[in-house]
Amino acid sequence: MGSQGGFYQSKEFLDLVKSIGEARSKAEEDRIVLSEIETLKRRISEPDTPKRKMKEYIIRLVYVEMLGHDASFGYIHAVKMTHDDSLLVKRTGYLAVTLFLNEDHDLIILIVNTIQKDLKSDNYLVVCVALNAVCKLINEETIPAVLPQIVELLAHPKEAVRKKAIMALHRFYQKSPSSVSHLVSNFRKRLCDNDPGVMGATLCPLFDLITNDVNSYKDLVISFVSILKQVAERRLPKAYDYHQMPAPFIQIKLLKILALLGSGDKQASEIMYTVVGDIFRKCDSSSNIGNAVLYECICCVSSIYPNPKLLASAADAISRFLKSDSHNLKYMGIDALGRLIKISPEIAEQHQLAVIDCLEDPDDTLKRKTFELLYKMTKSTNVEVIVDRMIDYMISINDNHYKTEIASRCVELAEQFAPSNQWFIQTMNKVFEHAGDLVNIKVAHNLMRLIAEGFGEDDNTADSQLRSSAVESYLYILGEPKLPSVFLQVICWVLGEYGTADGKYSASYITGKLCDVAEAYSNDETVKAYAVTALMKIYAFEIAAGRMVDMLPECHSLMEEFLASHSTDLQHRAYELQAVIGLDAHAVESIMPSDASCEDIEVDKALSFLNGYIQESIEKGAQPYIPESERSGMLNISNFRNQDHHEASSHGLRFEAYELPKQTVQARIPPASLASTELVPVPEPVYPRESYQTTTVPSVSSDAASTELKLRLDGVQKKWGRQTHFPSTSTSNSTSQKTVNGITQVDGSNTANSRTRETYDSGKQVEISPEKQKLAASLFGGPSKTEKKSATGHKSSKPSSHMVKSHAPKSSMEVASEKTSPVQQPPDLLDFGEPTVKSTAPSPDPFKDLEGLLEPTTQVSSAVNHSSTAAVTKPPDIMGLYTETPAGAHHKDSDILSGLSNSPMTNMVGGTTTMQVAQSSKSPNLKDSLEKDALVRQMGVTPSSQNPNLFKDLLGDCGINLIQPPRMGFNSQILTASSFLSNPLTNGATDHIPVITTLHGSIKVGTALDTVGQLVEEQCLDPFFSDKTNVMDAVHNLSTAKKAEIQYLRNLLERAEEQNRLIQAQVELHKNKEVTGMKDVEAGPGEICITKLVLRRM
Amino acid sequence: MGIRFILMVNKQGQTRLAQYYEWLTLEERRALEGEIVRKCLARNEQQCSFVEHRNYKIVYRRYASLFFLVGVDNDENELAILEFIHLLVETMDRHFGNVCELDIMFHLEKAHFMLEEMVMNGSIVETSKANILSPIQLMDKAS
Repeated sequence: MGSQGGFYQSKEFLDLVKSIGEARSKAEEDRIVLSEIETLKRRISEPDTPKRKMKEYIIRLVYVEMLGHDASFGYIHAVKMTHDDSLLVKRTGYLAVTLFLNEDHDLIILIVNTIQKDLKSDNYLVVCVALNAVCKLINEETIPAVLPQIVELLAHPKEAVRKKAIMALHRFYQKSPSSVSHLVSNFRKRLCDNDPGVMGATLCPLFDLITNDVNSYKDLVISFVSILKQVAERRLPKAYDYHQMPAPFIQIKLLKILALLGSGDKQASEIMYTVVGDIFRKCDSSSNIGNAVLYECICCVSSIYPNPKLLASAADAISRFLKSDSHNLKYMGIDALGRLIKISPEIAEQHQLAVIDCLEDPDDTLKRKTFELLYKMTKSTNVEVIVDRMIDYMISINDNHYKTEIASRCVELAEQFAPSNQWFIQTMNKVFEHAGDLVNIKVAHNLMRLIAEGFGEDDNTADSQLRSSAVESYLYILGEPKLPSVFLQVICWVLGEYGTADGKYSASYITGKLCDVAEAYSNDETVKAYAVTALMKIYAFEIAAGRMVDMLPECHSLMEEFLASHSTDLQHRAYELQAVIGLDAHAVESIMPSDASCEDIEVDKALSFLNGYIQESIEKGAQPYIPESERSGMLNISNFRNQDHHEASSHGLRFEAYELPKQTVQARIPPASLASTELVPVPEPVYPRESYQTTTVPSVSSDAASTELKLRLDGVQKKWGRQTHFPSTSTSNSTSQKTVNGITQVDGSNTANSRTRETYDSGKQVEISPEKQKLAASLFGGPSKTEKKSATGHKSSKPSSHMVKSHAPKSSMEVASEKTSPVQQPPDLLDFGEPTVKSTAPSPDPFKDLEGLLEPTTQVSSAVNHSSTAAVTKPPDIMGLYTETPAGAHHKDSDILSGLSNSPMTNMVGGTTTMQVAQSSKSPNLKDSLEKDALVRQMGVTPSSQNPNLFKDLLGDCGINLIQPPRMGFNSQILTASSFLSNPLTNGATDHIPVITTLHGSIKVGTALDTVGQLVEEQCLDPFFSDKTNVMDAVHNLSTAKKAEIQYLRNLLERAEEQNRLIQAQVELHKNKEVTGMKDVEAGPGEICITKLVLRRM
Repeated sequence: MGIRFILMVNKQGQTRLAQYYEWLTLEERRALEGEIVRKCLARNEQQCSFVEHRNYKIVYRRYASLFFLVGVDNDENELAILEFIHLLVETMDRHFGNVCELDIMFHLEKAHFMLEEMVMNGSIVETSKANILSPIQLMDKAS
């Protein structure tokens, strides 16, 4: 067949293709295509177009779309062509449809019918064509329409059909795993198909299945190994050979699967050793495909349970790759090295010069890969060299995507291995200076937190040194003309907190600098907001220290500007600043304590302190408060459908099913709880989902115990919270799981290759330039004391000689602590009814609930269990896990037991700490944030009977807080109201109590809660990313009332201090007036104040 | 998922064949093709045949005037993909006999049919040339 086209191609088509082929520019090509579109639009809808002609038109349409123009006018004709009797025409029609339409296109519904018909065809080629289309066009909703037919086709006599049917099921699995979950046995069956093509195809779905759930397929290890053996021994038909390699693509797929199955599983790995070793020997390393298989072997060897012999072969193969002249092989070698050093770190040393060559290679791809390797082998001895190189590279590139990535890696390494505070601050400064707008805002928050919390050791001088050096460097950097916004925020925050802390700089100097920042970046409101708050802190510290505050003139003018700002956030901050300056030292100190950014501020979001008052009002005959969402529900109480609809609409974008919590919750309401719903008799059938929240309200602020303890509650809460919390859980779990694997491997190799090479062959370096040698020495040299944290984690869990075992305690600890945590809860928390019973003989119900929660943990532990004891067959089997783990963890018994018998906290805390070390999450901040999260949840945990729904939403909103800096505007809340509101008595500010009472009087609690609920719900739609802007939007809504409110509050404060008695009288008056305050009342200043509490926290 | 897309582009950067295994809109395709073609075509013979682009890795190979570009996931074996490209070219060679850019242009649907046989759901399913070509030959005979 020549290149001049087949018999049936018209001159028109040939001309089109030729002219496209000869087009010399994009513009010319566009012109041709546009005129072609015009022609096609006219011709394609002409009646009685012959089939051949039509096929040609459709192919011309494909050209139109391929060259980037819209051909939607012709889609329907492609759909029509799938009905054609001629196979070639039909297939072309299907091809065009799969190229044009995505699976959610409206026209798909027209094709489903045709597909169904074609799947029944006697001509197996037609069936194949239809199956191809199924793989591309069937979406989740239409799966049931074709599924039965496809299952039938699995037994089709033609292997091509069986192969495509398997792939169709694979596609359904990708689209919706549940749709084919009952058909998994078919995949296993097809693995033994007589036809190697079908077997090879079956590996694709099996690979996906095994990736998602390793343990259910351990029994297939033997089958896979024997297939691989047969393939390697050339038992497959010659047709599958490629460049003298027997079915290399099947070998690669099998090796990938074995790597998954053997990971952390000694027993399974041992079965694989022989065949993998054979392949290592047989592979022809002179061909590309041979090297591809070799590379896959290395990946497999570094994933499965380590075997010294195989590791040696892998190391050999790697050095061959690295020594090769081909850049492709070098690339693969660097990648493979990165995998292998996780197990045997010392092999990097022999390749150091090759690595440095790659690092200095002009080829960007190779360079990046090498940076990836360096990132993996960073330790405290070489962190400076590596990070410096990374930063240099980061500055040199323009690709924002990669710049972001490398910046975050620099930050991560610096946080993990920083040799000194000085260096750390400098490094962070560089990163922010050059990639500030690209790094995640979280990185900035981490930096702030790190500066605030210090490096963890209880060494206050080191911490203050860190802060001083940070302040100093920031003051210097402020001289630069243009800085990224994120960096400026950090600078402002640090200057505000610590600018005057060491007494080196005067307040007026720092405030002057801050004013400069606010002026220079006058179009960046976030920076201005940070600057104003920083100013407020500086002044507050000055006042608290008893010094006279002298506002600079530029500061005055700035304030004037902000007081009239369009941004309500800025305006608010400015008013706060004004208010603070007017207060006396004592008041200022309590609202703005110096260096207290790490102290947690507890906000009683349930407003539990109002309970007494509410109770009183209700007794006096006031209407109880009913949340808005339920208010409308009450009207429709007879109509459940309507109710459901209402629920759906009020939650906007949430699609997740609520079924599960509903059932468990209903089952778990102890009858006693109804008695305790003293405040609001929630109509029970209306909101079964919520009723578990209905309890009395314990005081939150009283149990401000250790954070570690509360961490355990984290998981428990999440179960009840909305689905939206799950991201945080899953990340934490996955991290720990990964590390578990890492550790498992580290352990094995440490025994195998424990000798660390301190010196290396110096003869090899004779002709190497001294610079390279120096670099090599700094990268690789020096005894590697600190490995990555995973290694540290390994060391810390000393009692176990066997790593696999040592993780059993971890998971059991989790179970244990999760079980114990209810005990720490106030006894009237319904969620955990009968805690004592649970800790001894757990009732099945709570465990059922734990199932979903614990799934990730279970994966870890069951993977672990598999090699140590018999495999836990079903991962979610919590009871099995529970009974089994303590057995595998003798050395931790005491801890677990003490945890179980809910004995002293210290024991628990100890246990948790060990666990955390073992967990050894890569970034310490993740852990931190989890703890914080847990803490916040704990605070929010007070069940509120006023509005359970709101309550859950509040929990959701707490999740957001963990990405925020420790204290940004928190103090301002206190200023506004919260410290008084939340904890009047313990604050010691007795003279303010009347104010609170006044506030109580004027707060229209009902509407306030509604507003809070509504706003929080809005925020919750996007819980993890709702940042400042969102909040500011929300604040904006309240802008009209805001000014009045601030004035109002200030008046209250003043009056409180001066006219104690008078106010007392007013309180009485107010109370009398507002007995019916729980009813719907229009928005007043008081409620905005509360709303803001929630908002400002975010 | 493995393979995300397969592109054939000539040395002027004009697309000759495009097959995506995940849905991208016309604009997204256009932008993506522009970016990666610019990146790959700027590279020389010595440099490696792999390029990272956003969250894809592009494996590419040049045959005369035609570039074959395959976008893959991060955990794919790049060398194997490189050989897969060669297998595709060998297969087309067997069918067209000394395949060239014009063959693919005049028989765009045939080239697509071959890909349909070799790759499904982004995974390589068939590597035997006989199995790949037999349905296409049967179809030719029938019509």
